[in-house]
Amino acid sequence: MALGTLNRKLGRDLWRLRGQVLAAALIIATGITLLVMARGVMVSLEVIRDSYYERNHFAQVFASAKRAPERLARAIADLPGVRQVETRIVEAAPLDMPDLREPATAQLISLPERGRPGLNRPLVRHGRWIEPGQRDEILLSEKFAAAHGLGPGDRLRATINGRRRDLAIVGLALSPEFIYAIAPGDLLPLEDHNAVVWMGRDALAAAFDLDGAFNNVVLDLSPGMDPAPVVRALDGLLARYGGIGAYGRKEQPSHAYLDAEIEGLRSFGLVSPAIILAVAAFVLNVIIGRTIETEREQIGLMKAFGYSRWAVAGHYGAFVLAIAALGAVIGSALGAWLGWAMTGFYADFFTFPYLYYDLDPAVFLLAALFAVASGALGMARGLARVLALPPAQAMRTAPPAVYRRGWVDRLPAGLVSPTGRKVKRHIGRWPVRAALTALGIAMAMGTVVSMRFMDDSMAFIIDVQYNRAQRQDLTVTFTRAQAARVRHDLAALPGVRAVEPFRMVPVRLRLGARSERIAIQGLVPRPVLSRPLDSRQAPIPVPEAGLTLSTILAQKLDAHPGDAVIVEVLEGRRPVLRLPLAATADDYVGKSAYMGLAALNRALDEAASINGTHLMVDPAAGETPYRRLKDAPLVRSVSRRAVNIETARKTMAEAMLVFSAVFTGFAAVIAFGVLYNGARVALSEQGRELASLRVLGFTRGEAAGVLVGELALLTVVALPLGGVLGYLFAWATTLSYDPELFRVPLRVEPRTYVLAAGVVLAALGASALVVRRRVARLNLIDVLKTRE
Amino acid sequence: MTTSAPVQDNRPAAEPVYRCRGLSKVYGQGEAAVHALRDVTMDVGDGELGVILGASGSGKSTLLNILGGLDHPTAGTVHFRGTDLTALDDGDLTAYRRRHVGFVFQFYNLMPSLTARENVALVTDIAPDPMAPEDALALVDLEGRMDHFPAQLSGGEQQRVAIARAIAKRPDVLFCDEPTGALDSRTGIRVLEALQRVNKDLGATTLLITHNAVIAGMADRVYRVVDGRVDQVTEPDVRHAPADLDW
Repeated sequence: MALGTLNRKLGRDLWRLRGQVLAAALIIATGITLLVMARGVMVSLEVIRDSYYERNHFAQVFASAKRAPERLARAIADLPGVRQVETRIVEAAPLDMPDLREPATAQLISLPERGRPGLNRPLVRHGRWIEPGQRDEILLSEKFAAAHGLGPGDRLRATINGRRRDLAIVGLALSPEFIYAIAPGDLLPLEDHNAVVWMGRDALAAAFDLDGAFNNVVLDLSPGMDPAPVVRALDGLLARYGGIGAYGRKEQPSHAYLDAEIEGLRSFGLVSPAIILAVAAFVLNVIIGRTIETEREQIGLMKAFGYSRWAVAGHYGAFVLAIAALGAVIGSALGAWLGWAMTGFYADFFTFPYLYYDLDPAVFLLAALFAVASGALGMARGLARVLALPPAQAMRTAPPAVYRRGWVDRLPAGLVSPTGRKVKRHIGRWPVRAALTALGIAMAMGTVVSMRFMDDSMAFIIDVQYNRAQRQDLTVTFTRAQAARVRHDLAALPGVRAVEPFRMVPVRLRLGARSERIAIQGLVPRPVLSRPLDSRQAPIPVPEAGLTLSTILAQKLDAHPGDAVIVEVLEGRRPVLRLPLAATADDYVGKSAYMGLAALNRALDEAASINGTHLMVDPAAGETPYRRLKDAPLVRSVSRRAVNIETARKTMAEAMLVFSAVFTGFAAVIAFGVLYNGARVALSEQGRELASLRVLGFTRGEAAGVLVGELALLTVVALPLGGVLGYLFAWATTLSYDPELFRVPLRVEPRTYVLAAGVVLAALGASALVVRRRVARLNLIDVLKTRE
Repeated sequence: MTTSAPVQDNRPAAEPVYRCRGLSKVYGQGEAAVHALRDVTMDVGDGELGVILGASGSGKSTLLNILGGLDHPTAGTVHFRGTDLTALDDGDLTAYRRRHVGFVFQFYNLMPSLTARENVALVTDIAPDPMAPEDALALVDLEGRMDHFPAQLSGGEQQRVAIARAIAKRPDVLFCDEPTGALDSRTGIRVLEALQRVNKDLGATTLLITHNAVIAGMADRVYRVVDGRVDQVTEPDVRHAPADLDW
């Protein structure tokens, strides 16, 4: 049967070219792996998140106020669209951890005295729920407990509203509210420094003088309800009670970060595979084009025997589809497995109570679609040639290649050896083919760059954030605004060398129809320790009367320098200011706004007040300043820059260890696939010539050198282009991050280019070894007896 | 670039270039075994123009491949000027070919991307004491075609480039496997003239394989190969000039 014979030929061709087939399939497989992995992690995270949210009743609207009477809860519940209301007391308190120099910070959250909270319900994983009336019993967030080796039965020392309290841990808990527990302004969550402590409402009310009142409220809405009108109405109700602006789930920090990560996976899962599969299409294009060239006679023969053009084209199409299918299968399997491993990594990074991994079968369909699309792109040119080749012409041997003399011939004869000329002329004879091979190599290098540049970008962010923008050793915040003279008390602490006060006040910024909720920072005129930077990382002076916004915030408001931005202060007498936008600051993390401290205090009509200071501390002072800060009742939180840097570096190192190793491995596979295929195809084309060289007395190395020389030349040409492509690929990758939380600067350091070039050169070396081995196996006798 | 010569010239005077003893070559095993050479014992004299004559499949190419260092015999020995070729490894055989042997193939085997001059230079670059590529091409009357690519040359011209390439290194031995096989007789005769001139002028021992008995007319010595055996070695009384040959 005709079809059977063609299929047998297909099978044998695949086997004969198995090395190249596998190399091409592996390139496709890397793209598919990333696709399946990213989609799998993304879908699994969504499923885990949604079920966690539902089981633990995660709220949809959040608001804080200074002190609102409990009866307001009824009015809030009556707002249209509100399904459930949970009032709470939320405060912060420093914790005295024996294993930390500086105090840790706890977010205190009230639990109802009876029953469980209707919303944002903690999930107790160890121990028990607190007993009603037991004022010192608490639930502690699990990660913090783990970082300090604490468990039910242990005790925790906290300073609650200036008073020392000894708290009894009865249970360890998680909450959908703190899946990603990051403090404002931090790059990453500090698990050992930031705790969540849940305790009885009565105990907190007594400590903060909030009997019959609340300062935090969370709402659940009717299904399908738009949160915006509820947020506005809630703001209206809370305004006179010191409301600092309600917001929907979208702005809830933990949710926003998680969402950004999921969205990042969504676009990463499309962008990276698309780049890789474009490379794969390229490689296939070269393989198929050259395979067809070597099979001209067979194509002509098949057509002469009466196979239709389409049957013959279908035969070669099936060859490509088989490669694509192999890539899709390997990639799907590897991607499914890696996705499972990555979901575990994420479930730990984000604090999820359980792990669930599911692969939507649709993802395999998508994978197959991607693989086939890449294959189809790769074979289009070759198939067009199969279709067009008339049988008679196909059966004649290809006409001998006509070479021309070129610039290389104008060089003195001794300068370029005949083998060098041979390499050059061969490239000159098939410039398109050479260009495609070089482009393929460049794309492979670009892929390495795009998978590694994140190291550079993160290192850059850490450097800018912690070496240039924030240079203080410590940042201390106070439980409430203090007279500015408190700075002198801090300056008097042993070892403190510099003090820089600031004030943070919740505001709503408005420009036209746009508005943003943010804490504005009042800074001294020429801050030295912590300062906004411009795009060249030079400090921006704080204007006396004007506003500095981070680039992202300015974009969100569509504000340009000179625009008058309305600043509604949500504290104290709630003044409304109109400030011109003086400058934009190039922050990478979050949204920030700055203004002069004096102007801010004037607007608030308060005598010079501050609610935090940055400090420089002499390391020689040892533990003393830290101990004094732990004992200071006014202190709400202390953050140490060194801890932030260390955490950032450690987290990056862990993430990079996993991701970079995997991605660099992938990139190496791609680079090897491209070069190996280039080498093998060239070998099949020039095998006869190489064998002739061997007969003439060339050693194996010299004969292989002719071929490797060509590849090496193309590689050298390809490397700079690969750098450019890498930069472009990296740029495309940065687009997949949500700039609102995290702006990924496009930084590619020389070491990354060097590494990428190294991977490509290693792949070239490996391909050269393969060529050398093949040259050693060339049959020298056949070549003498066969016509070309 | 040269490699050290594994083959030392330690022959006494009038010693044959090649001394073959009991050469056999078997391809395959058992019932499928093909005996390409059977117990061949022969000597090849220094500087002679020998013609190895035989039908296709008689084993003459196998003999040449073994003498040329491209293949190993299954049994027996070949000594080239006192060195046992059968004892050399691949690297030493490569060096042997590089220093001592020139090849001319039936299908020329030129590099299509190199000009005539460059095809010759390809070999002179790696030979220890080569002649200038131009001189080699002049020996085969191709001074005027030196900068042409193979595709721009006729078959006869291509074969003469191949001869120039083979002789440019001043080889001790020149092997020509059916050098006229792909050419018409007029062109073939020009190629044979070139070979004869090279043999005379350079003194290179020349072994020419052919199935064309007419060509034996120009030989110093004729080796007839039949069914894997050297059936007969004759030294013709008269040596004809190639121009006098006709086929």
